Amino acid sequence: MKQFGIIGTAMVTVFALAGAAHAATIQVKGSDTLINLVQRLAEVYMEQADDSIAVTGGGSGTGIAAVINRKCDIANSSRLMKTSEIQKAQTGGVDVKYIAVAIDGLCVIVSAANPVKNLTKQQIGAIYRGEITNWQEVGGVNMPITLYGRQSNSGTYVFFMESVLKGDYSKKMNRANGNAQIVESVRADESGIGYVGVGYIKNDSRGVTVVKVAAQDGADYLSPLDSAAVNSGRYPLARPLYQYLNGTPKGAVRDFLAFELSPKGQRIVEEEGFFPLPQEYIDFNNKVMGK
Amino acid sequence: MKHAEAVKKYRARKIEERFFHSLFFINGILVIVVLAGIFAILLKTAAPAFREIDLREFFFTVHWDPAGYEKESYGIIAMLVSTFLVTLGALAIAIPIGIGAAAYLCDVAGPRVREIAKPLIEVLAAIPSVVLGFIGIVVVNPMLAKFFRQPNGLNAVNGSILLAIMALPTIISITEDALVSVPRSFEQASLALGATKWQTIIRVKIPAALSGIIAACMLGMGRAIGETMTVLMATGCAPALPTSYLHAVRTMTATIAIELGEVPYYSTHYYGLFAIGLTLFIITFMINLVADLVLHNFQKMQR
Repeated sequence: MKQFGIIGTAMVTVFALAGAAHAATIQVKGSDTLINLVQRLAEVYMEQADDSIAVTGGGSGTGIAAVINRKCDIANSSRLMKTSEIQKAQTGGVDVKYIAVAIDGLCVIVSAANPVKNLTKQQIGAIYRGEITNWQEVGGVNMPITLYGRQSNSGTYVFFMESVLKGDYSKKMNRANGNAQIVESVRADESGIGYVGVGYIKNDSRGVTVVKVAAQDGADYLSPLDSAAVNSGRYPLARPLYQYLNGTPKGAVRDFLAFELSPKGQRIVEEEGFFPLPQEYIDFNNKVMGK
Repeated sequence: MKHAEAVKKYRARKIEERFFHSLFFINGILVIVVLAGIFAILLKTAAPAFREIDLREFFFTVHWDPAGYEKESYGIIAMLVSTFLVTLGALAIAIPIGIGAAAYLCDVAGPRVREIAKPLIEVLAAIPSVVLGFIGIVVVNPMLAKFFRQPNGLNAVNGSILLAIMALPTIISITEDALVSVPRSFEQASLALGATKWQTIIRVKIPAALSGIIAACMLGMGRAIGETMTVLMATGCAPALPTSYLHAVRTMTATIAIELGEVPYYSTHYYGLFAIGLTLFIITFMINLVADLVLHNFQKMQR
């Protein structure tokens, strides 16, 4: 589907360039977690607008680097920019602004054959730091744990490191190139554990179990597939997904962002498996959009 | 009159001669210019890295983690070991098969088999590396997992097998050329002395063609050590120091490919990646140099 989307985008781009010279081309780059969602938003948006939108992936780090180096209009990112990155952007004269576009309930997944269904946030952290190395230690069978995670250019990698691990990843973690590869790996590996955006698992979770996560010992184990738990913010790995821009949005970029944040756009967010924005983020976005 | 015409013709030929001489000279020198240019850029961009990273840290510490939680670390031992594990593994698989296949094509196979097999082997070289990487994930991965009773097969063996497949066409085709160019009299003399065909191939033809075979293996190694996409996809990319072929590895090329896209320009991390590239360049350069010297000595000995 992603491939078709890309081909479609390319074709639309070509037609738009040939047909209407005034229509703008918007370059969107970054997060692998967001790519399918933004691709879909762009497709629907382009049905009713002249502008063409090209969405590519590469990871949040790649998108953010592209905004700093002025190589794209919108950077998808599943993490906030680091202070050092903001400084770098300012030195280059880039006025960094961002909006939240959707809420993700980050899913921790294990093989469906694994009896472990519940984990606390602390346990997940210890597993990924390499301190817990056998499933037995968290109530499973006697089997070494195989870790699957992302590359360092992933925003999810950074988010997970900062909010769950609070330390360095185990050096033994296998580093996959994207969410889809993690799902595939865990599906094939009985001893595996991985983390992916909810959009990659909600509509097709065969072969894997989405682990219920508790914020700490004694707290409720909650599933990221439970929209009430995510919307209320009680699911411990819920996080906003962002889009970074250079300056207050105007013109075509502004139109597209407005579409994403409209009820229609947010309905697509839900269809793709993510969660719509709560009021606090809507208020925040309105301020950025200058409403 | 006739004489003048001849002189004219001679002059025209001389100009033509000179033109082609300089054309080939430029072509020849161009490669060297490009090589020098690449080396200069690498050196220039890698140099700041050694101002910002301690040389001892770079060459003698194990872990590379510029996005670390507590501190950044810039050590290349783990990826150096990974690169060598995968490359040597690939050669261990590709050299015996490659020489065997070449000897078969040259001396055993009938002309018809050879006519079909040789182009087919060359087609193998045309498979894009990303396709091989995909095969590594989808086909080799579960096979290795089952065979070695591991949870998954994304490890150094997987990378070695795929790189061996990539190096095979080079090794087979150059080895075959070397075997074919062994004078027929060697073979005839050996057979006349009562040696079997097997003995002739192993004891006479292969030693006689050794210089070409070494060159073939070195070129195959060059292909394997610099390959990026397949190893990136199929070896698991864990940055830990591998201690066995069944561990996931992350090679130097994979590290550069993964991190160069996200790195802010002109940061320590950026320069560090170029320093890795420079190290890789120097390693391949040394391998080629040594191969050349070996070849040269061998040819002298033969005479």
